[in-house]
Amino acid sequence: MKRYFHNLGERIIEGLIMISGTVTSITVLLIVFFLFKEGLGIFSQTPVAEGSVISVHPQNPVQELTANEVKEIFDQNITNWKEVGGADAHIQLFQIDDITDYYTEEQIGANFEYLPQRLNELVTKDPNMLAFFPEEYLAPDFKGKRVELAKISLGGFLGGREWYPTIQPAVQLGVLSLILGTLWVSLGAIIIALPLGLATAIYLAEIANPRVRNILKPVIELLAGIPSVVYGFFGLVVIVPLIQDVFGLPVGETALAGSIILGIMALPTIISVSEDAMRTTPRAMKEASLALGANKWQTIYKVIIPYSMSGISTAAILGMGRAIGETMAVLMVTGNASVIPHTFLEPVRTIPATIAAELGEAPQGGIHYQALFALGCILFLMTLLINLTVDFVSAKRKENR
Amino acid sequence: MAFGTTSSQHKSKKRSQSAAFFIFRLLSFSVVAILIVILGFILIQGISVISWDFLTEMPREGMTAGGIYPAIIGTLCLVAGSMIFAFPIGILSGIYINEYAKDSWFKRFIKLMTNNLAGVPSIVFGLFGMTLFVNQFGFGDSILAGSLTLGLLALPVVIRTTEEALKSIDDSFRIGSLALGATKWQTTSRVVLPMAFPNIITGLILSIGRVSGETAPILFTVAAYFLPKLPNSIFDQVMALPYHLYVISTSGTNIEASRAMAYGTAFVLIMIVLLANLLANWLRRYFGKKVKMN
Repeated sequence: MKRYFHNLGERIIEGLIMISGTVTSITVLLIVFFLFKEGLGIFSQTPVAEGSVISVHPQNPVQELTANEVKEIFDQNITNWKEVGGADAHIQLFQIDDITDYYTEEQIGANFEYLPQRLNELVTKDPNMLAFFPEEYLAPDFKGKRVELAKISLGGFLGGREWYPTIQPAVQLGVLSLILGTLWVSLGAIIIALPLGLATAIYLAEIANPRVRNILKPVIELLAGIPSVVYGFFGLVVIVPLIQDVFGLPVGETALAGSIILGIMALPTIISVSEDAMRTTPRAMKEASLALGANKWQTIYKVIIPYSMSGISTAAILGMGRAIGETMAVLMVTGNASVIPHTFLEPVRTIPATIAAELGEAPQGGIHYQALFALGCILFLMTLLINLTVDFVSAKRKENR
Repeated sequence: MAFGTTSSQHKSKKRSQSAAFFIFRLLSFSVVAILIVILGFILIQGISVISWDFLTEMPREGMTAGGIYPAIIGTLCLVAGSMIFAFPIGILSGIYINEYAKDSWFKRFIKLMTNNLAGVPSIVFGLFGMTLFVNQFGFGDSILAGSLTLGLLALPVVIRTTEEALKSIDDSFRIGSLALGATKWQTTSRVVLPMAFPNIITGLILSIGRVSGETAPILFTVAAYFLPKLPNSIFDQVMALPYHLYVISTSGTNIEASRAMAYGTAFVLIMIVLLANLLANWLRRYFGKKVKMN
């Protein structure tokens, strides 16, 4: 009997251990599920601003407009119905503030109680009218034709250059500038961090004596431990003003500031991964090189570096991955302008920074909210790709050995 | 000249080596210099702000005066909460991967997933925590939701630490214990774990340092902009040090006036990380063993 309970206890513990073992896998699957559930919702949404109506005269042949067309019309870049598939006539724009041009205050009513009725009249009167007004003023017997906005397409989302998620009357959700901004800043970070990190790794692995190593190792660990918000703060009070002064810029919050901070943050990853790779160079190989008369430096760059090349590239990719996903430091120093960057001295905006800055203001379940989750999906896929590449490269490395 | 090199070749070989080594040494020490500059700057600017009142008072006057007491307490709550969740599961999971799992596709899958979870950006954890814990489970913005999110973030680190620590224990101890008639769990819990314990604890301390500084995961799961009172239950919102630093350095009511408060907050955050690292290093030396993080 005692033995039976003993076995049972052992079984229960084994079960617990096994369940714990699966927690990370379940988490990853749940992350994928929830992220994509919210994020993919955006492709069934129309990009009209929340609670607004876009409407035309009932006989107008135009059925559907894209978000971009609506924006161009309201920016007066498109002024003729012909350009969007209608009759050859000037587009008569109407926004709710224009109501006083058509009606007196008495006709609208002190509390706007006649407004829905007036809007109804307006839309049926002028065949070239394009009206944009809040949904609350939509009359129950509305006679105008509500224009459908084309649903957001994957191509438009990924290829669009404009990110104005709260603009009236049609929100612009193009993430190209955010994706390019993220890659741009991260690339800059790697360009800064790779030479520095690689040199340190070589120094640690091959040149430094144990005493120096014992100083450098904790320093690198500490560098990895400093919170990103502290890096961001340091960047904000030191690096941003410095860049502003040195380059004589109106603002110092630039891609360069982000790259410098991210480069410092990526250093520990690059150093430790590439140092580990160099350490795995077989002793026989190094000694053979030295025995042939090569000196230490020749051995390093002719034997050790080529041998650990896959490890070094893993380090660079992992460092890039860290930089892409970093949120707070970037949010604090890059200026967050959603434009496609051309130089490192312009403000940029990255995907994580956009999510962090805007999610708090996006109403839950709305189009903006879903767009931010879709951004999260893109970010997740980018880092997943990076991780899988690293797994693949290191598996290959083990195979070759 | 059939043998060896000429003396001029030899000299240039030597010169290029010493030039290269000099550059490597210089670059390596510039990494140290970067750390010294960052730490030195924040510690020097922050030390004058630190006082007993700063650590134990509520923030006042739009966070330009007073202290950071609620943020310290909030961060302590979050660290404790996330560790209660992440330590047991992470250690058990590490035990599973290193001791129990057979070499199969399932083990490889779990390792792959753990690696991938480690690479997921912290802001994605924030999004996930918000949908699952805050909305789906209905915890609202609360210590519970924030702790669970941070716990998930810390999980891969804890797992990897445990795994590495267990891997360093020689198999002969396991075989010896099993040969004496101990069961698998007895072997693991009484022989392997105690031996691996110092290394595990060192990794755990470092992960505490890291969790206490995370901002992105708590943005939408717990952190309060300004809340000058202490939490009553795990369903309350709290302020937290990293978020507080972000707020007062970028979007406070008066950024210039709250700069001193920001330096003080950064000082406290750095001190937490510094202490965690020193403690971990001390333990490492004390137990005379090496743990490899990452």
